[in-house]
Amino acid sequence: MRWSRRCTTPRSTSGHRGTVNVDSLYQEIILDHYKHPHGAGLREPFEAEVHHVNPTCGDEITLRVHLDGETVSDVSYAAQGCSISQASASVLNDLIIGKSVTEGMAVLDTFTELMQGKGKIEPDEDVLEDGTAFAGVAQFPARVKCALLGWMAWKDAVSQALVTTSASTTGDPA
Amino acid sequence: MTAVETTTYDVARIRQDFPILGRRLSGDLPLVYLDSANTSQKPLQVIEAIDDHYRLHNANVARAMHQLGAEASAAFELGRDKVAAFINAPSRDEVVFTKNASEALNLVARVLGDAGRLGSGDEVVITEMEHHSNIVPWQQVTQRTGATLRWFGVTDQGRLDLDDIDTLITERTKVVSLTWVSNMLGTINPLDVVIAKAHSVGALVVVDASQAVPQIPVDVAALGADFVAFTGHKLVGPTGIGVLWGRYDLLAELPPFLGGGEMIETVTMAGSTYAPPPARFEAGTPPIAQSVGLGAAVDYLSAIGMHNVAAHEQQITAYALGVMQEIDGLTVVGPKDAVDRGGAISFTLDGVHPHDVSQLLDSRGVAVRAGHHCAKPAHLRFGVQSTTRASFYLYTTEQEIDALVEALHHTKKYFGA
Repeated sequence: MRWSRRCTTPRSTSGHRGTVNVDSLYQEIILDHYKHPHGAGLREPFEAEVHHVNPTCGDEITLRVHLDGETVSDVSYAAQGCSISQASASVLNDLIIGKSVTEGMAVLDTFTELMQGKGKIEPDEDVLEDGTAFAGVAQFPARVKCALLGWMAWKDAVSQALVTTSASTTGDPA
Repeated sequence: MTAVETTTYDVARIRQDFPILGRRLSGDLPLVYLDSANTSQKPLQVIEAIDDHYRLHNANVARAMHQLGAEASAAFELGRDKVAAFINAPSRDEVVFTKNASEALNLVARVLGDAGRLGSGDEVVITEMEHHSNIVPWQQVTQRTGATLRWFGVTDQGRLDLDDIDTLITERTKVVSLTWVSNMLGTINPLDVVIAKAHSVGALVVVDASQAVPQIPVDVAALGADFVAFTGHKLVGPTGIGVLWGRYDLLAELPPFLGGGEMIETVTMAGSTYAPPPARFEAGTPPIAQSVGLGAAVDYLSAIGMHNVAAHEQQITAYALGVMQEIDGLTVVGPKDAVDRGGAISFTLDGVHPHDVSQLLDSRGVAVRAGHHCAKPAHLRFGVQSTTRASFYLYTTEQEIDALVEALHHTKKYFGA
């Protein structure tokens, strides 16, 4: 509901509406996450840390995952990049922490599907919450990779963390 | 802040030659194209020359015996003549066509390594302000040959730091490769100093002139470098063609780059001998229509006069540096005045990431580039991950700079910066 309320109010701009509609890209909610990112910073403990770079633009993120059994108990990160990539990492932090790995992967799939939908997919608010604000990004092909940077890092990190934790539970040296 | 147009230079007239500059973008906004350091727009004269070639003269070159083959061969080689004259090359055979400047630089690095001119104990010197295309090929060839890669630093003002030139360029130095005009900082480097020093120790000098040839008069005979690389599409020519100019005696003793058709003298199953330059370095079907287009491009620039193009670039850059630096929170990364400076201005805007800046500018019809501009080490030097870059050319007007400034104010407001 929070998203619906905030996004039905169009951003006020000084004219030039109906041009390339940047307002559909820069939803208030995205700018809020950008200015006040949730869960930013690198924390311990963690089972895996990855560093992902977007080679075309230079955006980067270092991301750590801490698993507590099957539960993702922390996702911490240090990111450098544009408002879209920063806000996306912040929303990821909100959505994933406390979920099981399987549930988190399902959210990732839903978010990825939205991003690759060229703006034609209706976002599932129940699953994506604030992430629905990224629906507009899908209409800007050059920015989709910005929105996905943190998510791809998370997917990589959680895969590595699963290997690490299964190795330690089977007694193999990590 | 007003700058007076020179009486001989009519930018409005020049703009009429570039059809794309009359385009309206979505929302019926006029295009404000400030990304010419990335690629320049093309005048009708170039577009029509390419069109005419494909309509009337298209054939492969140097092998087809029919009339069209003769016409296409003549047209392709005429492009080489025109480029040679444009850069005052002592011989047309010193002009090697490549696909772009990157390939030209890779060619030099590769064949110098293959020729055994680099080995353990030898050094190659580059600079911290290079485009990746003048870094990576030298990293590759030094790794392959066991030579060592060293580099000039950059001062806080964005100038080449020449303080340690005597410890950098030594008897061990075999190659010095540097940019003439930085694509990110805009800096014009003092090539004469570096070339003199390099030659005093017997090192070869390679110049990346990708940003120089489009905007300043270039005379390779007077310059004194050994190799000069540039690309066609930044000087109102087509994509798909680059140029490597090299001293003939050097080209003549270097081994081929790519093997294939047109670069041979004779081939048997046991082995091959190679054609003299430039054919030795041009394996396969060359960029034929692109040579025609590039010939038309240098004709176009010559008719205007490269001194006039350079004067306009200088004037518009000075104007832009003035008005842009009046914006609160805007920091120019690179020389802050228009002295020894090309027409590319990279900057940061406090509180707004460059991708967001360029997105907002695009929504106002202003096309700029944002990112690391293929110069990550130069960005790192100034402690920034990326910048926004506005770059100008012979068709850029002060009104367009004003539109950029207005759009930057809008961007700041939009992001509450």
